[in-house]
Order: sequence, then C-alpha cells, then structure tokens
Amino acid sequence: MILPQNRVAWASVSPALGWTLAFFVLPFAAMAAISFYPQDGSGPSLLSYAQFFNSPSYYYALFNSLEVTGLVTVISILLAYPFALILADVVPERWQRLALTLAVLPFWTSYVVRSYSWLLVLSENGLVNATMVKFGILSAPIQLANTRGATIIGFVHFFVMLLTLTIYANLKQLSPNYRKAAADLGAGPIRSFIHVVLPLTLPGIMVGAFLTFVLAIGDYITPQILGGNNELLMPQLIMMQIGRRGDFSSASALSIILMLVVTVAYLFCARWLKIERT
Amino acid sequence: MMLRFASTIYAAFIYGFIFLPVFVLVLFSFQASLFPIPPFNGPSLRWYAAVLADKRLIAGLGNTIVVALSTSAMATLIGFLSAWGFARFHLPKSALMRGLITAPLTISYLIIGMGLLVFFNRIGIPKSLLAVGIGHVVINMPLCFAIIYSQMGDHQANMERAARDLGAPEWKVLSLITAPLLWPAIFASFFLSMTFSWDEFVISFLLTRFDTTLPVEIWNLLRAGLNPKTNAVGSLVFGVSVLMAILFEVFALRKRPA
Repeated sequence: MILPQNRVAWASVSPALGWTLAFFVLPFAAMAAISFYPQDGSGPSLLSYAQFFNSPSYYYALFNSLEVTGLVTVISILLAYPFALILADVVPERWQRLALTLAVLPFWTSYVVRSYSWLLVLSENGLVNATMVKFGILSAPIQLANTRGATIIGFVHFFVMLLTLTIYANLKQLSPNYRKAAADLGAGPIRSFIHVVLPLTLPGIMVGAFLTFVLAIGDYITPQILGGNNELLMPQLIMMQIGRRGDFSSASALSIILMLVVTVAYLFCARWLKIERT
Repeated sequence: MMLRFASTIYAAFIYGFIFLPVFVLVLFSFQASLFPIPPFNGPSLRWYAAVLADKRLIAGLGNTIVVALSTSAMATLIGFLSAWGFARFHLPKSALMRGLITAPLTISYLIIGMGLLVFFNRIGIPKSLLAVGIGHVVINMPLCFAIIYSQMGDHQANMERAARDLGAPEWKVLSLITAPLLWPAIFASFFLSMTFSWDEFVISFLLTRFDTTLPVEIWNLLRAGLNPKTNAVGSLVFGVSVLMAILFEVFALRKRPA
C-alpha cells in the first residue's frame, strides 16, 4: 500500500536529499567549475584539460592505470573463477559458508594495512626473498616491491576475494537442472561447463569485473605504497597536483577525466549490471 | 578423484595467497627485534606496548571511533528515514531522487574527497574531523538507504497502518513499529558504515591536517619504512575490522520473520 505524498513524506526524504545535494552534488559542481579556471589565474579556459592531453607524463598515467586495472581484472577473474567453482561444487554444502567466510576474511583489512602487509612479504629482506635465498632458489634477493608487479599483486589479492564472492553467489543461484539437462542431452562435464555454466555466470563475472575496475582505477594507496616511483597511476597524479603543486584546477580536471573513464566502463558493462528483482 | 585432488591443491594455493600477507603482518607484530623481517625471534609484546604508548596513534584511534560512531549513526538515521519515505509514499520523480541518493556509490572515494576539498576550500570550511565526518556520511548514507530500502515490505506497511488506525502519531509509528521491525537491516547498515568509516583513508587524508584518524596516522608511520610497530597497530585494526564484519554478518543474515 502506497500513501499519497504529504508533509511527512517530504520531511522523511529531505535530510538524505539535502545531504546529497549539499555535500555531493554541490562539491561536484564546484570541482567541475574550478577545472575550467586554471591555477595561473587566467580566465575560464580548457587549459587544465589541455595540460593533460598535451603532456605525455600526464596521459601516460591514464594509460598505466588502464593497463594495470585491465591486467588486475583479468588475472583476478582467472584466479577467482575456479576457486568459486570449487567452493560451490566441491566443498560439502555445510562447510561452504565457513569456507567462503574464511576466504574473504582479509577483505576487511584496511587498504593501508593490506598494502603494507604485502610490502612485508615482497620487500628486499621480506618473506619471499628470505625464503628463496635460504633454500638456494635465489642467490641474492631480487626486487619485488616498488614495481608494477607488486601493485598488481596487491590489487589482485583484494579483488580475488571480491570476485570469489560475486561469482560464488552467481553459481549458487544457478539451478542444477541446467546441468542435468545438458548431461541428459549428452554433454560431458567440460562441454556442459563451457556452453551452459559459463554463459550463465557471465553476469556474476561482469558485476565483479566492473567493481574491480572502478575500485582499482580510483585507488591511490596500493600503487603509492607498493608501486614505487617508476611510474604514476592516475590517482597518484591527482594527489600530486594538490600535494606538491596546490593546483586544484588541474586536480579537478584530472578527477573528472577519471570519472568519465569509469562512466564509459559502466556503459560498457551496463547490460550485465541490471539488478533484477527475483 | 583426480579432480578432487586438483581442487584441494588449487584451493590451498588461493587460501595461502589470501592469508599470506595477513599471516606475515600478525606474526611479525610479535617480533622481538627491530625489523619485521625473517627470521622471527619473538614472541614479544614490546611493539604492542609501543603502540599503546604512542600518543598520536591513541589520539587517532579516539578520533576514528568518534567519527565512525557519529557518522554511522547519522548515515543510518537519514538513510532509514528516506528509505521509509520512498517505500511508503508516492512521491513525484521518486526513481530519479532514489538514483540521486545512491549516486555516490558509483564514484570513487578519491573523487568524492577531492570534490569536498575543493568545495570546503571555496566556502571556507577548514580541514577538520568535522569535514571528514561529512564526507563519511556522503559515502555511507547511500549504502544504508539501499540496504534498508530493499527490506521495506508490505508486511511492515500493514502493521504501520494498524498503528495509525489506533491513533499513533507518525513519529511513534516510525520509532515503535517500523524501526523495530527493520532492526536487522538497520543494524547491518550501522555496522557496515562503521567498518567503512573505520578503514577509510583517502577522504580523511585529504580533509584533515593535524588532528586526524587512525588510517592516516598509520600512513604517516609508513614513512619510517618497515617497522614492527606498524605491524602491531595494523594487526589491532584488522582484529577490530574482523569483529565488525562478524557482527555485520550476524545481523545482516538473520532472516526476517515471514
């Protein structure tokens, strides 16, 4: 039963609407506006955007971000899918909840702490190097931390957990009848997987992939702690604008460019992201 | 049989990968010497003592708790009110307004923080914990709204109508009927907000200067390089996060009475 609008209705929704308008829409408008007023005080122009498109060190940050995020998304899916499949199919039903809860436990470590933990593992005298040298696999420690590889490992660690969740949820929703039908029609387990299970779990994969893309491309901490100084990613470039240079206009322009990239990714994934009411 | 074996190996590999950093973090928080690197020579609690003796970390912890509690309460309250309003009343442009309220969920924290920084800078609100708190409500309220809105059903509406028919004023209906019926969703929203606020870094980093939250203080510790004290404080933060996650799980997964 839905009541007609009245004062109570508006009173109940206005705090949330007001908050969103005041502290989300307005700041965004301020950011958009300031991006057209370059730091040097000259009048409205596209200078802050031109700076991005004209300097390789700027647009390479976006390329790097896209490359890293793309790699992270693909690697995470490849690692998480079999794992989710094992959790859903091989692990006995009554242990699944526990197995899944355990698998996403480190998900709750904060970003800063999680990246720092990987630094412990990957640093020059860290666990991996120390173990490898001790067992004679390496003669001397190799550089693992402060590389793009370290950034990717840090990201993949987080997103394997996230994707395991979305893909597992999708697998559990699948009626076993689909696979029974495929088997009745003579498909072996491999064919049934490729032609039946995989296409039906595409929504779970795409939801996870989209979340991975959005969260990874906007993350400042992981590349800043694990990536070293060899290359910049987009969030680092944005932070540099305000940190070192106090250039709000450029930081705003870069933020908006980053947001547009995410919007394009959203439009690309939109057909899989429709949340259907069941 | 073969498949089972391969599955076990693979699952062990993934679990190992997932737990490796957490294991190293916690293990070397008990290191006795100065560096959190092998060989392990603990166990020792000296670094936990060092954390407790660190005034900045303790102040950061206090700030984080205040910010997390107050912003989660605020986010849950206005999220709940708006969820109820949209579920019970026929409002013009309802879908558009609901879309607006949930829009911050799709924007990265970095950009939300940047927007607030630029905006507050413009209108003269100084960097402060209050500014961070405002930002945390922006990121958590949409989530609270979405969770509670999804749990609003006809069955509560009927009870609300019964209460109204018996003469209860609207605020009484909300506080004595609707809120108790929805309390699993409300608590889930609150705890989830707490976890996010507790761990949130980039908005706090952008919007505070001296008085700041624990994640930013931990970030400041990182400048000193690898240090068992960072392990100790990181392990404590992780422990609290897991605790909140468990609470969330308990409340969120509790089935609603049919």
